[in-house]
Amino acid sequence: MTLNSSAAPAPSESRKFNIDTVAHATDTPELELPWAALGLKENEFDRVVEILGRRPTAAELAMYSVMWSEHCSYKSSKVHLKQFGDKVTDAMKKHLLVGIGENAGVVDIGDGWAVTFKVESHNHPSFVEPYQGAATGVGGIVRDIISMGARPVAIMDPLRFGAIDHPDTPRLVHGIVSGIGGYGNSLGLPNIGGEVVFGSVYQGNPLVNALAVGVLRHEDIRLANASGVGNKVVLFGARTGGDGIGGASVLASESFDADKPSKRPAVQVGDPFAEKVLIECCLELFKASVVEGIQDLGAAGISCATSELASNGDGGMHVELTDVLLRDPSLTPGEILMSESQERMMAVVTPANTAAFEAIMEKWNVEYSWLGEVTDTGRLIIEWDGEKIVDVDPRTVAHDGPVYNRPFHRPSWLDALQEDTFDGDRPADGDALRAAVLELMAAPNMCSKDWITNQYDRFVQGNTALAMPDDAGVVRVDEETGLGVAISTDANGRYSYLNPYEGARLALAEAYRNVATTGAKPLAVTDCLNFGSPEDPEVMWQFAETVRGLADACHELGVPVTGGNVSLYNQTGGVAIHPTPVVGVLGVFDDVARRTPSGWRDDGQAIYLLGTTRNELDGSEWANLRGHLGGQPPVADLTAEKTLAAILVNSSRDGMIDAAHDLSEGGLAAALSEAALRFGVGARIGIDELCERDGVDPFTALFSESQGRAIVSVARSEEVRFNDMCTARNYPHLRIGVVDAENGALDVQGHFTLPLGELRTAHEATLPDHFA
Amino acid sequence: MPRIVVDVMPKPEILDPQGKAIAGALPRLGFTGFTGVRQGKRFELTVAGEVTEEVLEQARTAASTLLSNPVIEDVTRVEVLPETNEGEQ
Repeated sequence: MTLNSSAAPAPSESRKFNIDTVAHATDTPELELPWAALGLKENEFDRVVEILGRRPTAAELAMYSVMWSEHCSYKSSKVHLKQFGDKVTDAMKKHLLVGIGENAGVVDIGDGWAVTFKVESHNHPSFVEPYQGAATGVGGIVRDIISMGARPVAIMDPLRFGAIDHPDTPRLVHGIVSGIGGYGNSLGLPNIGGEVVFGSVYQGNPLVNALAVGVLRHEDIRLANASGVGNKVVLFGARTGGDGIGGASVLASESFDADKPSKRPAVQVGDPFAEKVLIECCLELFKASVVEGIQDLGAAGISCATSELASNGDGGMHVELTDVLLRDPSLTPGEILMSESQERMMAVVTPANTAAFEAIMEKWNVEYSWLGEVTDTGRLIIEWDGEKIVDVDPRTVAHDGPVYNRPFHRPSWLDALQEDTFDGDRPADGDALRAAVLELMAAPNMCSKDWITNQYDRFVQGNTALAMPDDAGVVRVDEETGLGVAISTDANGRYSYLNPYEGARLALAEAYRNVATTGAKPLAVTDCLNFGSPEDPEVMWQFAETVRGLADACHELGVPVTGGNVSLYNQTGGVAIHPTPVVGVLGVFDDVARRTPSGWRDDGQAIYLLGTTRNELDGSEWANLRGHLGGQPPVADLTAEKTLAAILVNSSRDGMIDAAHDLSEGGLAAALSEAALRFGVGARIGIDELCERDGVDPFTALFSESQGRAIVSVARSEEVRFNDMCTARNYPHLRIGVVDAENGALDVQGHFTLPLGELRTAHEATLPDHFA
Repeated sequence: MPRIVVDVMPKPEILDPQGKAIAGALPRLGFTGFTGVRQGKRFELTVAGEVTEEVLEQARTAASTLLSNPVIEDVTRVEVLPETNEGEQ
């Protein structure tokens, strides 16, 4: 087809066939291109033509279509996400070494140490192929962490599944959980927490979010840019194959539609052992200072890596695509550019360092190929056997994609929903309350997640100080000083469905509170915003309200968003998931030895409840168990959260409290049960004084989900000091009971007694009953 | 008793980490004549009576729904094994 290189020797037919060069594109403006099949809209395709001043080549079309997909370009969310930057103050940025826009944010935690962390979604691939989808989700986020120059040290996985008793749920639970375990355990990374929530809205759209944390010294930060004219561009790691072509990008940018035949899944198969070698190999490259810039290959593969590296650096790059090492030699240039083969990285190396780079590759037995070099022409030029098949301004591919200000409006059904407050079953007498606590603790969302977390390695590497089922995962960073970090992820889709603005604030409040409950000072935020289709104005409104709420809440709590991910089109046949803004908060400890576990241990310690209990059952786990969803979610009082966090952090540091557990889903009943079951130590609890002080009945005291609350256990010798501190900060605090190491029960005096054995059986049987 | 054999292979475009590992091990052990390895799996379904078209159809359905993961694997063979006295020929 290409006749423009008359002077060149006869090309080998197999490789030249169908190669659409820039010259050919210029000569054949009328050629029809499959832009719609690649997911581009007509106006987007017209814009590509306008930018290039001609029709794109097949390879250029491939690049633009994946890079301008929702997943890669954030075209629907960008206009809202900018609030995360706009609402950040200089004080909030004090600990930020790298902010939004890079592969992951980097936070200063002191002593020259820094931590990088980020949460991303792998929802769509995990529905199609649960094991590999979840596994490669872990692999992808870990590579983001490596490309910042950090050693990955832990992962977490917030998950959402459909109804626990739906026939398709076991397929997804088994596949996704073993995929996460299979990949993470093989990498030797502890999985220190996350969430598992069941709900019928997630039936056709399970959420698999993956968070990774990495540790580095300040001087080790690496960025994704290609600077220094003449520097060499190298692709290394796994070979490029035909797997996952357009997977994350195209698949994650459209809804699953029951009417259409299922999309031929563009899934990838991961190889965790190859990734492990890649981690060690990259860390050695960083240590030897032989790379100038580095980028992992995720969604959109080489298209993304070349255009982002070039546009973030000196603006130009020249690449010979036939030099890419292939697993399948029949791939077309467009496919090579779009392939989402796993375990690949791209780096920029000075000519002086190429030998050193190659030596490290040989040592780790990692394949590599030099693809080209950095230029200052402002153009990304990609050739195929010396013929130009891509000639674009890389910024137009990577950054100047379409931006949509999509219409949104408040759903008309929301008023009626918010008026429909919970007026269902409220158990009153002791027997009914006792049965209600057992029912609650056995419920799919409240039951023990041991069956899942036991499939993950939580303690490998020997630095895990806390993991599930404690409030946050805690890992030690510096083995000498004990410096460490705590991370928690939270989201409540029901709260967000009732009120997306408040729901986002509540998600942040809970993650923030969880981190503080372990004794760590919250520093920074990452988020993964999971929503339905942005083309639905009501979903778009939920999204806009969520971002506004989260940005406001970050501002009020003084913790910045450092990065994250948006996952849209989580809907099947017109039904969107509940808005699910997963918020991860990272906090720092001077010494992880001071961490506060969630369970009681020492007999006779006083149990205090911090915070005020209101009649807030709308959106609660109890209402959910009664099939009700309506009303307004609990109020998020962030000033109170700040004070509570300060009390929890200071009293942990000063050795005043020995256990702390936050109150969230399931309220006081859940918190007391979990604190007792953690180490199998019971307590005698009195709630009558609480009921009187807060003007609530015993049921509300136990099941309300009012925020800004936590229970702590305080040694007798520290009670005066603890009370004084709470009084000085004017925070409601009430002694509600005593740890009892002898009675083996949760004794809510005057109401009911629950032997811990009975409670544990109910709590731990649910998941094995359904899935084991 | 007759047996039906089902062969399953990873789809050609999909990464096969096991095959890759074997391909890496071959030259280390001196087997230098090979340029690639793909590893699949083989099932043998024993049938009590005669292999009717209906039984074969069941085997095909089982092959594409249970024995293979159609997202990442292809069923490359479903056929009756010639009967031998010593099992596998």
